[in-house]
Amino acid sequence: MTAKIRKIAINIEETHREIGREISPPTRKAVAVAVIENPFAGIYQEDLTELMDIGAELGALLGEKCVSALGITPAQAESYGKSAMVGENGELEHAAAILHPKLGAPLRAAVEKGAALVASSKKMGSPGQVLDVPLGHKDAAYVRSHFDGIEVRLNDAPRANEIMVAVAVTDSGRPLPRVGGLTHADAKGEDGLR
Amino acid sequence: MPDVILRKTIFSIEEIFHEGGPTPAKSLRRASALAIIENPFAGRYVEEIQSFMEDLKPLGLTMAQKLVDMLGGPDQIEGYGKGALIGEAGELEHGALWHAPGGYAMRALLDNSNAIVPSTKKVTGVGGRLDIPITHINASYVRSHFDSMEVGGNDCPRANELVFALVMSTGARIHNRAGGLAAADVKGEDGLR
Repeated sequence: MTAKIRKIAINIEETHREIGREISPPTRKAVAVAVIENPFAGIYQEDLTELMDIGAELGALLGEKCVSALGITPAQAESYGKSAMVGENGELEHAAAILHPKLGAPLRAAVEKGAALVASSKKMGSPGQVLDVPLGHKDAAYVRSHFDGIEVRLNDAPRANEIMVAVAVTDSGRPLPRVGGLTHADAKGEDGLR
Repeated sequence: MPDVILRKTIFSIEEIFHEGGPTPAKSLRRASALAIIENPFAGRYVEEIQSFMEDLKPLGLTMAQKLVDMLGGPDQIEGYGKGALIGEAGELEHGALWHAPGGYAMRALLDNSNAIVPSTKKVTGVGGRLDIPITHINASYVRSHFDSMEVGGNDCPRANELVFALVMSTGARIHNRAGGLAAADVKGEDGLR
């Protein structure tokens, strides 16, 4: 493994009730985070290949952690997202290098299919800051019930020379979706959009 | 007796490989379980609240069992702690209802757990965080195992809610070297040493 991982954290949220109504089955979201050393902290590095390779490793590792934490088969995953927060000695472009070129393919393998773009966010940050990971349907980006997000934060990360990389996976949409649009049941999932 | 009305659960696990020093052979894992429930006493002063402790016992056992499962079995567990966040329409005393059902649930599942379960609690708004203390399960003075885990959720506790938390850990701080009583030297008779 290229990534030097200090720590991995996994959160699972289950919503059983909302605004007085029972949610049955409960909606479930998982987010897995790796805290890694930033190999380019404090320097300007033109070639970011190393971070791209780290992204590929973490796409598989964190995607599998989420699926396993939810106790589902890969095919049962319904939505996903990815985010990174770079400690102060790094650069926003480091997050882009991890997230965009190579992280998606192994993540899609972990959740099976994944025709849709993986929703993403990135920011610079410090220990204890919140990272909001956007969520979208994995096969059809327009499925309106699955537009969501999950918050993650670690009190001790990212330190100045670290990067926090997060992948989120769900087996469901929002608890009480009722704003219309394309539904999970009607999605074709061929072009990644509908 | 009021019902336990569960809105949400949050389970977290952290695995720490190193913290800047040499990576030990065994990583440290900590896990937390949060149950977000309706506060049956929110918004008014209720004198008799103790019966709710009885109602909370099954919830405590479910959460403790979940933590044991997440960490790979009772023989893996070396530290524990518990805590409560009380939404603003409640009272600090409501958080104290967790002491018996939360603590005894963990001790029921863990052999050689003679030590008191350390705890903390506070009234807070939505998004409030809680630093839950962790100590060795069989001897409170084991210095390597003094630790903590931060918990909370962005949408809780709402004003009428309680967040009850249990935490377990699988060992000492990752680079522990501050001396004191070692886990290997514990007598394990009085829960302290």
